[in-house]
Amino acid sequence: MFEPLLWIIRRDLTIAMRRRSDIFTTLIFFVIVVSLFPLGIGPELETLRLIAPGIVWVGALLASMLALEQIFSADHRDGTLEQMLLTPQPVSILVIGKVLAHWLVTGLPLVVMAPLLGLQYDLSAAGLGALMVSLLLGTPALSLIGAIGAALTLGLRSGGVLLALLVLPLYIPVLIFGAGAVEATVSGLGGASHLSMLAAILVASLVLAPLATSAALRVAED
Amino acid sequence: MASRLVNWFKFSSPATFYPLARKIAVVSTIIAVVLIAIGLYMSFFVAPTDYKQGEGYRIIFVHVPASWMSMFIYVVMAGWAALGLIFNTRLSAMMAQSLAPTGAMFAFLSLWTGSFWGKPMWGTWWVWDARITSELILLFLYLGYMALRSAIDDPRRGDRASAILLLVGVVNIPIIYYSVQWWNTLHQGSTIKFNEESSMDDTMLITMLIMTFGFWAYSIAVSMVRVRAVILERERSSSWVREQLGAET
Amino acid sequence: MTDAAEPALQIDRLACVRGDCELFRELSFAIGDGELLHLKGHNGSGKTTLLRALAGLLLPESGEIRWHGQNIRSLREEYSRHLLYLGHLNGIKGDLTAVENLRIGAVLDGFDLDDKRAWQVLGDIGLRGREDLPTKHLSQGQKRRVALARLLVNSARVWILDEPFTALDVAAVQLLQDVIHAHVDGGGIAIVTTHQEVAMIGEHTRTIVLGAGHV
Repeated sequence: MFEPLLWIIRRDLTIAMRRRSDIFTTLIFFVIVVSLFPLGIGPELETLRLIAPGIVWVGALLASMLALEQIFSADHRDGTLEQMLLTPQPVSILVIGKVLAHWLVTGLPLVVMAPLLGLQYDLSAAGLGALMVSLLLGTPALSLIGAIGAALTLGLRSGGVLLALLVLPLYIPVLIFGAGAVEATVSGLGGASHLSMLAAILVASLVLAPLATSAALRVAED
Repeated sequence: MASRLVNWFKFSSPATFYPLARKIAVVSTIIAVVLIAIGLYMSFFVAPTDYKQGEGYRIIFVHVPASWMSMFIYVVMAGWAALGLIFNTRLSAMMAQSLAPTGAMFAFLSLWTGSFWGKPMWGTWWVWDARITSELILLFLYLGYMALRSAIDDPRRGDRASAILLLVGVVNIPIIYYSVQWWNTLHQGSTIKFNEESSMDDTMLITMLIMTFGFWAYSIAVSMVRVRAVILERERSSSWVREQLGAET
Repeated sequence: MTDAAEPALQIDRLACVRGDCELFRELSFAIGDGELLHLKGHNGSGKTTLLRALAGLLLPESGEIRWHGQNIRSLREEYSRHLLYLGHLNGIKGDLTAVENLRIGAVLDGFDLDDKRAWQVLGDIGLRGREDLPTKHLSQGQKRRVALARLLVNSARVWILDEPFTALDVAAVQLLQDVIHAHVDGGGIAIVTTHQEVAMIGEHTRTIVLGAGHV
């Protein structure tokens, strides 16, 4: 069961490495979005520090959602997706592999980049740490949940916008606990409870989301 | 028992359900008109003035039933979706599809009346209260469902894809609700409370229930009218629809 | 139900709908071991739809498909194990080499294919010297050959091939025919659609024409 999982991850990582430019697009989008807010709000560090957790989190959320549009579309176009549905492997396992590979390529760079952006907003060291941990727990959950939307909108004309409409409401709990963890840490309350909620969401979505995604993929390939 | 089962499956066929839907629509329209008329009369003239909120509170007789209906309809839609996925019946998806606009309308009505209520009570049109925020997210879920439904050309794929979305949504609703609740209590404390049940007298409760049943009947009526249209559109190439249309024109 | 005389693959009163259009209804037939089914029909008669339904990709409007007496929708992965489906799309990644494509396909199909064997098979199918190129640089016919190489390494019982001869040259067409016949002679099942007038006719070939009003 785990061998196919590893092969799928390896396959998708190999492909991603052979077309590296795609990786950076998401990352650059994230950096730009987060950097736009001070221009809209004003440079007062006092205000910025207050809104930093929310902004970095919303930026990460949008970036990971945009990247998700691509997760199944190439496989759908060249027919490898239908082949995956016809293998004796459980489709949810393959979905987990694909999501994990996708997260390693698009989500993990966001986690690594986030503290730098946090510095732009003058977040404290504890806050930066909480930001990274919360993103580390939260972005995989975003990818898992978003994969459902990506599978549902696979091959549709208005795919991208529709994906946002479907997925963003489902992202709300992750956003609340993710940004909440940073905020609680900065204000000295401690973000442990938020982080454990995030971890719970991650586990739940790891179990449930691949089932929904594989059902949606079967519908899309019908 | 066996004959009952057979009966149910008989009505899961659009052709047999079509005439039945008309009867249900007529009956529930009458019920809806009567109940809502009584409910509105009671809410304006019978229910006592609230000692804290004055006359303005009367909008909750629309607001609260509308919120209940908006949540209830989503769950019913998810139930239809599950049935459709399990038994592969076309009618279930059509029912879910016909309920969606009504559910979205109630969610919107709930937000709208809520903000009408909020202006005199809180002095602002919008408050990021946990319930209002959840209701807003519910409206988004309805809109997402309808957008996905209309974006897929193939009706069968549309049925199944939107059914999956409904089930995902219904699993998420409690999670979203509790996380919003948590967020809300952390940020402003639960100082603002909607209709405290304790302070509600019997007439108010009865009025609210009458309105709720009226809204129920209304939802059934419009969804039946809509499902008839959906059935006709979807089954337009089948012989019974041709006969039906030939007979009606 | 599952007595020995029963054919391996049974199609029972199958109906498929595409959009608004009913492609076929009440389609019933059976295929036993060692049989080759040649599916014919004009464009839009539902050949591809039927093949996708047989592969379990497409949910039929009504009727069922049974593998040794059991509905394939309840068997799912258990049925896929015996199945090899090749559709219009080659199902190979352009960014991966032919060898990589073949080996990953093998792992997903549940068996191990070492590097040496992969190279050898690709050589056999006429891709010598191209084994290590990203497949996006190959021609249409060569890509098709990469996809067809799966037939040589797979041990699936049921082959479902949708227009396998498109884009192939004469030599490859001949090779593919031989491979299919060898599979059928060995007790396998092959279900093939094709427009080419190739010699699909063997001892155990049956032809079904879709869209002719009856079967």
